[in-house]
Amino acid sequence: MNTNYILSKKTKQVFLSISVIGSLLIALSFLLENPDNKQVWMNVLLNNLYFLFLSLFGALFIALHKIAHSGWHVSLKRIPEALSTFLPYSAALMFLLIFGMHDLYHWSHHDLHDPIIKGKSAYLNLPFFFIRMAVYFAGWIGLSYLLRKNSISQDLSDNYKFHKQGRILAALFMAFFAISSSTMTWDWIMSVDPHWYSTLFGWYVFIGLFVSGIAAFILIIALLKSQGYIDFVNKEHLHDLGKYLFGFSIFWMYLWFFQYMLIWYSHIPEETVYFAQRLNGFPILFFAILVLNFVFPFLALMTRNSKRNIKWLAMVAAVVLIGQWLNIYLMLSPGILGETAQIGLIEIGSACLYLGGFLFVVFNALSKKPLLCKNDPFLEESFHYET
Amino acid sequence: MRSYISAYFTDEEDLLRASKTLMEKKILILDVLTPLPVHGLDKVLGLKESKLPTVGFIAGAIGTLFAFGFQTWTFVVDYPLFIGGKPHFSIPSFIPITFEVTVLFAAVAMVFAFLFRSKLGLGAKNKIHDERITDDRFVIIIEANENDEHFNNVKAILEQEAAHEIQLKEHK
Repeated sequence: MNTNYILSKKTKQVFLSISVIGSLLIALSFLLENPDNKQVWMNVLLNNLYFLFLSLFGALFIALHKIAHSGWHVSLKRIPEALSTFLPYSAALMFLLIFGMHDLYHWSHHDLHDPIIKGKSAYLNLPFFFIRMAVYFAGWIGLSYLLRKNSISQDLSDNYKFHKQGRILAALFMAFFAISSSTMTWDWIMSVDPHWYSTLFGWYVFIGLFVSGIAAFILIIALLKSQGYIDFVNKEHLHDLGKYLFGFSIFWMYLWFFQYMLIWYSHIPEETVYFAQRLNGFPILFFAILVLNFVFPFLALMTRNSKRNIKWLAMVAAVVLIGQWLNIYLMLSPGILGETAQIGLIEIGSACLYLGGFLFVVFNALSKKPLLCKNDPFLEESFHYET
Repeated sequence: MRSYISAYFTDEEDLLRASKTLMEKKILILDVLTPLPVHGLDKVLGLKESKLPTVGFIAGAIGTLFAFGFQTWTFVVDYPLFIGGKPHFSIPSFIPITFEVTVLFAAVAMVFAFLFRSKLGLGAKNKIHDERITDDRFVIIIEANENDEHFNNVKAILEQEAAHEIQLKEHK
């Protein structure tokens, strides 16, 4: 059994060419569409968030299953661990926002004379914004690095001391993530519309993070399997990941709808403005997101066999990944660019540029360590797992 | 008089292995009785996939249509009232009820379909094969007559696979 992943030259070239195509599209967009500063920074923020979410999911997945004493995920834990290695790059990219704050966030201007924003200035001010950002990334990168290191130390030792330590790290990460996942969405996404607020927003974005992470996880498994690796991942594991994708798509829709329904019912202008802007400016996109993220995966993954067929599951995962990207787009762009925003070459190009880099970092991390861990007390259970 | 073998096991691993051996030797297993779900037994016995999810889907779809249609009829046609300045036909307010009725229909239909197919439920007159199968014994039942070749063959296999006890019983 071949457990060492080799990042072949061909795969590297594919990742590189995705990025090159992205850069070309961006260059073309500057020639043809002439995007303004706001649009450029919107794309930076959008893709920063999207790939940050995928990478945070990696650390979250490990921590969640570790404190739940889960056995089934152990044989495939190297993949979420590799996803989490993108976090430092994500931090570096996120700190680029220092230069784009005034283009992205209306509240960051000084001469506003806006009583609502003034009332929020104890939380929404530039120094505190970047202090929070530094704290989030310090926590996420530190704990996910320790979790990955701990899992690799367990490989080399048959002492279960590392396993026990890992559970403490996982609990710390979960506690930190529970708070930071909510506050990060207020900081980076909700403050784009500084007058508007929703108490449910943090959970709604968090479930989007979980769904897109699961979809990315499934696609990486499909890619590795198509190259002839990880034959220890069997249909039972796929079935569980499919159930995750199915269940959390429904839960995503549930939270989406409850946010919508409460605002629709109470009909307060400060609250409805958020949906009015999105429904009037982007009617097709608005409903397409619901179809891609809920209706399609709900119907496509309903039967048992559909969750156990890797090609079908990977196709659904790809659709959900596109749906979640559009979802973040619709959360950001009407607030930053107004109702006239359109998805143009620069949106597609920058997504491709980020995707190539992200894939390179993740697969490079996968090739550094064996794909199958050793000496984990739950490893044997994972091989004999049955749903 | 027709009779059958009732073989008792104390461990589910033994039961699984014995069923596998019997299936490989093409010996017909009439039934397997267990006090708890044994993982992998369906696959060993080659049972067909349950049709219960299909029942759930159809009943759920009926529930969706029923709830949505009924609300539309009451709020739009039969007794239109102005509530909160909303239009009579306002889909978002129908959705929570539609969702709940869908779940109710699917769940209730699946329970009754299960009871019907398994001949359980109120008024069922099923005899328990042996009280121990509700506690800690696993049982395989195989058709056989006393002292013929088939009986001896099966008995030898079962003994080899660590059957705890083998009884020959008669159909009543």
